[in-house]
Amino acid sequence: MKFLPLLIANLKRKKIRTLLTVGSFMVAMFLFGLLAAVRAGFRQGVEVAGADRLVVIGRTGVIQPLPLPYMERIRRLPGVKDVTHSTWFGGVYQDPKNFFAQFVIVPEDWQRMYPEFKVPEGEWQDFLADRQGIVIGRKLAQRFGWKIGDHVPLKAPGYLGGTSWDFNVRAIYRGTRPGDDEGQLWLQHKYFYEKAPRYWQGIVGWYIVRVSNPDQALTVTKAIDTEFANSASETRTQTESAFAASFMKQMGNIEFLILAIGSIVFFTLLLVTGNTMAIAVRERTAELAVLKAIGYSDRFVLGLVLAESLLIAALGGAIGLGLAHLVAAQDITSGILPTYLSGAAIAAGVAVALGTGLLAGLLPGLSAMRLQVAYALRRV
Amino acid sequence: MVRVDGNGNGQGLIRVRGLDKSYVRGGEETHVLQGLNLDVDAGEFIAFMGPSGSGKTTILNLLGGLDVPSSGTVSVAGDEITAMSRRKLTAWRARHVGFVFQAYNLIPVLSAYRNVELPLLLTPLSGAERRSHVEAALRVVGLQDRMHHFPRQLSGGQEQRVAIARAIVADPTFLLCDEPTGDLDRKSADEILDLLSLLVSERGKTILMVTHDPRAADRASALLHLEKGVLIEAAQKREALHTAQVTP
Repeated sequence: MKFLPLLIANLKRKKIRTLLTVGSFMVAMFLFGLLAAVRAGFRQGVEVAGADRLVVIGRTGVIQPLPLPYMERIRRLPGVKDVTHSTWFGGVYQDPKNFFAQFVIVPEDWQRMYPEFKVPEGEWQDFLADRQGIVIGRKLAQRFGWKIGDHVPLKAPGYLGGTSWDFNVRAIYRGTRPGDDEGQLWLQHKYFYEKAPRYWQGIVGWYIVRVSNPDQALTVTKAIDTEFANSASETRTQTESAFAASFMKQMGNIEFLILAIGSIVFFTLLLVTGNTMAIAVRERTAELAVLKAIGYSDRFVLGLVLAESLLIAALGGAIGLGLAHLVAAQDITSGILPTYLSGAAIAAGVAVALGTGLLAGLLPGLSAMRLQVAYALRRV
Repeated sequence: MVRVDGNGNGQGLIRVRGLDKSYVRGGEETHVLQGLNLDVDAGEFIAFMGPSGSGKTTILNLLGGLDVPSSGTVSVAGDEITAMSRRKLTAWRARHVGFVFQAYNLIPVLSAYRNVELPLLLTPLSGAERRSHVEAALRVVGLQDRMHHFPRQLSGGQEQRVAIARAIVADPTFLLCDEPTGDLDRKSADEILDLLSLLVSERGKTILMVTHDPRAADRASALLHLEKGVLIEAAQKREALHTAQVTP
């Protein structure tokens, strides 16, 4: 601690340069934080997927509906504990840009199948009592300013007739884990089948299956697909996390993109900061020589340069990650992705910032460490 | 007592024997110091004079452990510093040597107080003890009322006084001053020389000073001339010069 004034004084020596370097770190870490939040959004489905839940879709993809009678056949298979179905609604609220997930659900099954989503009991009862009732996520309510009792019209897509459907907000759910998606809308299956065109009768979007033992998920998966093999509607059954992962892959190799952008940014940052530290050390050759002359060791001088570099990285990193945390908590993808900055991502950000700071300070620090006092003083 | 003939009794503070220093520049070897002997007792104020390139600063660097000789030995208070490792030498410098440079070499972003405190940060002294030492050192150089000023807010003479305070604050065994008045006007130079003389006469410090200034050299208790890497006592030199003048 007694060397702190020396450290801080050195950083205040060229205030604008220090500010700009801290700013570079801040921008880079802000970008890192946002990319991590977006990545978390993409991976959210994978990470929070229930280990004991399976998703049964049509063999050719999720757009191929499945017959409703499959439900009871699935329920009878060994290892199946519970089953329900769901369908994508795809309505538009005012403008197609206002995209959010809308699921047709079987209310009686839903809470049992998704215990991680909590709905106040009174509100749930109101939802059950109103066929046009909907349950919305907390973030979706915030996004559009919807409250309990609000009337929400949604324009159904063409395959559902293209007309306006009227709904009433009856309940607001909350996720119990940081990555839980609170941007969905649930509507009742009874209202859906009543209002949808006749060809929708007897078909569903997909099935959700809960297995008795997660260790037997693979066996149950095979059993379901075998059950419907060679039928008019063959199935493809996956664990919920595999389903979420394959859905994510449809969007492209997001992980690679994020890694590539992140690597370029940090390599540039390394060059910028390394150069700044090298200039800072070169400017202070005489001072460093004097410090050594009066008894400061080579290692101390190396430590001093590294500490300055680390302090810059820590300051910029903390501000950048803090801002990213604040921004990620907002609805930056207009409800498309539930972005959030996890503790692990923040820890990774801190590690990356400090690692970059350390690397950037290493070469100038070693050069300061090797400085020959007599030679350096002669140059002054 | 100061001797350059290598016949000192070895009881003095500084003992130099057969000191050589040579550099290789552009493939050519330059001998800066050649077989130099020196014995210095504690409490002496010695001035080194000589033309540029005669090796004045080199000898100061070797005595202060900032450079290593090509051959020969330097012992200070019984410690042979030429046999010390780089790491040990650094610790030895912190304990035994106070440096005063021509260009003051203060850290511009630190106040006078913080500059003077620098050597004490390497000691186990508490904050309060450090404060007491720093204030005492600044009192000695007459700058206790400027302790919170930064170097840019001080005159050249004041900066050099802060540098002297930094050099004495850890109570070193001896001070090495390289042209301490070289950048100062006459009045400021006299003040610095008064201060150095005071440190010797009243505080018993040992000072070895390199200077080009004859008036600065006059303040020293002994004057040594360096010529072509060889030390000559002023008295001997005067005698030699006199002999040369009277001999046809």
